[in-house]
Amino acid sequence: MRLIYTTKTAWRGIRSNVSRSLLTILGIVIGITAIILIVSIGEGAQRLIVGEIQGLGANTIIIRPGKQPSGPTDVAGTLFADSLKNADVEALQRKENVPDLIAIAPALIITGSATHGRETYRPTIFGWDAEFMGSMMDVLPAEGEYFDEADIRGKASVAVIGSKVAKELFLSEDPIGKTIKIKNHAFRVVAVLPPKGQSAFFNVDEVVIVPYTTAQTYVLGIDYYNEVMVRVTDPDVVDESVYDITATLRERHNITDPTKDDFFVVTQQGVVDQISVILNILTLFLSSVVAISLVVGGIGVMNIMLVSVTERTREIGLRKALGAHNRDILLQFLIEAVLLTGAGGVIGIILGTALSYLAGIGVAQALSVSWEFAFPYMAAIEGVGVSALVGVVFGIYPARKASKKSPIEALRYE
Amino acid sequence: MYILEARQLTKTYHDGEVETQVLKGISFGIRKGEFVAIMGPSGSGKSTLLHILGFLDRQTSGTYLFDDTSSDNYSEDDLARIRNEKVGFVFQSFNLLPRVSVLENVMLPLLYSSVPEIEWHGRAVAAIEAVGLSHRSGYDASRLSGGEKQRTAIARSLVNHPDIIFADEPTGNLDTQSGKAVMEILEGLNRDHGHTIILITHETFTASHAERILHIRDGMIEQDEQVRDRVRADSFVK
Repeated sequence: MRLIYTTKTAWRGIRSNVSRSLLTILGIVIGITAIILIVSIGEGAQRLIVGEIQGLGANTIIIRPGKQPSGPTDVAGTLFADSLKNADVEALQRKENVPDLIAIAPALIITGSATHGRETYRPTIFGWDAEFMGSMMDVLPAEGEYFDEADIRGKASVAVIGSKVAKELFLSEDPIGKTIKIKNHAFRVVAVLPPKGQSAFFNVDEVVIVPYTTAQTYVLGIDYYNEVMVRVTDPDVVDESVYDITATLRERHNITDPTKDDFFVVTQQGVVDQISVILNILTLFLSSVVAISLVVGGIGVMNIMLVSVTERTREIGLRKALGAHNRDILLQFLIEAVLLTGAGGVIGIILGTALSYLAGIGVAQALSVSWEFAFPYMAAIEGVGVSALVGVVFGIYPARKASKKSPIEALRYE
Repeated sequence: MYILEARQLTKTYHDGEVETQVLKGISFGIRKGEFVAIMGPSGSGKSTLLHILGFLDRQTSGTYLFDDTSSDNYSEDDLARIRNEKVGFVFQSFNLLPRVSVLENVMLPLLYSSVPEIEWHGRAVAAIEAVGLSHRSGYDASRLSGGEKQRTAIARSLVNHPDIIFADEPTGNLDTQSGKAVMEILEGLNRDHGHTIILITHETFTASHAERILHIRDGMIEQDEQVRDRVRADSFVK
């Protein structure tokens, strides 16, 4: 039997009851739509995060206190660890310890509100090096100037604020030269950042940056850092520098057993790899959950195919009376099932693509990020393949049932 | 030399513990080019006999020889091939695909044949022309009258140039006029083209077109009657 005629016959079978065919493939459509949506958003998120992290510069290394977190509970341990102190920073700055280091910026996280007059706002407050942040985030002040090395050394009470902080605290007033209070300590605003939105780590518009030395001494009263950022001369020397940093800190902390390290070093590539792994696992997990709907959809297809075989018993009998072999009937119903689920797959891909495009626009607007729409080619190809496979798997039983019918019994069927 | 020969054919149906013997040892032979009517009242076993002769069903016992080969020697695939190439069927209820055109209905047996695809259209058109339905070629089968439907079914039975045409009550669902037209076509196929035709009917008028009538009652041949001059010296009843 010629394949083209079989396909035409199968297609005619589907078209003879359009509404039933559409309802039959609904499960497949939903399943494939959801998979495309998840994979597309997953890929988009991955591109966004990886792009942001890579934007920090491939030559940036982050040192964090405490043990390397192996789960969410360990992150708190990192926040409260006090193993990175000023003496560590000074040791790392020495050329003989880390020869390729060109800049170092300790950072502290300050929780609390900022006030100006009667206005209060709860921004993200960092004790940091504003110039280091500026070059890392590729942002220059919209007004004023960043505080400098001298301000850091002199523990100056100065602050750089984000555009939203400026708007919330100063309304239409010009913030430059005015004072804000954080934990009862007054800071003079020296720069306002331009609107930039969400980055991988924080929202630049909602940030307040004060010198880390000032934050340590006057705001928090502590002698350690939450994080130390290091920039080295070239991305190629990152691995060597990580080795140098680790060796320097182990020596300073008298650590001989690497498992007892009270700090850990994170490179940009390491973060990218970690996030990629997490997102891939998440996408795979969600896709697996959604794949269950394909099984449910497949059972629906099988059910309707069985009904169709019963309804068309006389047609099967006629075809056999006219010379159709069992394999011809099997192929006809199998092609019908595959066409059904394949059509479901194609509709699902179109719907999933449209929805993920719209979701991308929504995410971009809600988080003020530049979201790059990612059409998941592989997922689309796999989607069509999987839906066709569902057709084969769930169509084979009804098709076999049809092919085994005796011609005379099928012709006599009322 | 018979094109088909039945030797002591029996057919028994089982429904649970109930056993019904429909054919009780039927023997006869049919020569190539004969026009035979199998007549009998309802339940006499004539349809069952036709289904066995047309390879739609198998006998319970006895031998059925087709082209000198016992049907027992044919596999399911062989039977499908014979149904496609050697025999044509005309059913009482037409059995056309309703939402399909006359041309495509007639082409249906070719889909399962070894005839090259390039010949399909020409063969179907010729068969439709032979039954005088060229003007209805593109019509959906559901739009045809009963007589036209049966003529379409006859065209379909002809398309693979079969040796034998089996017709199961071909005029049963038709008015007198249409029934007459259909029988004239069948008669013409036998007379002018030498097709062997075996039809079953309970109507005397329909049977009168045949040259030989096998009367069946209670699963047995009651009478083998030569009703026309055409001499078949070796037709027999055992």
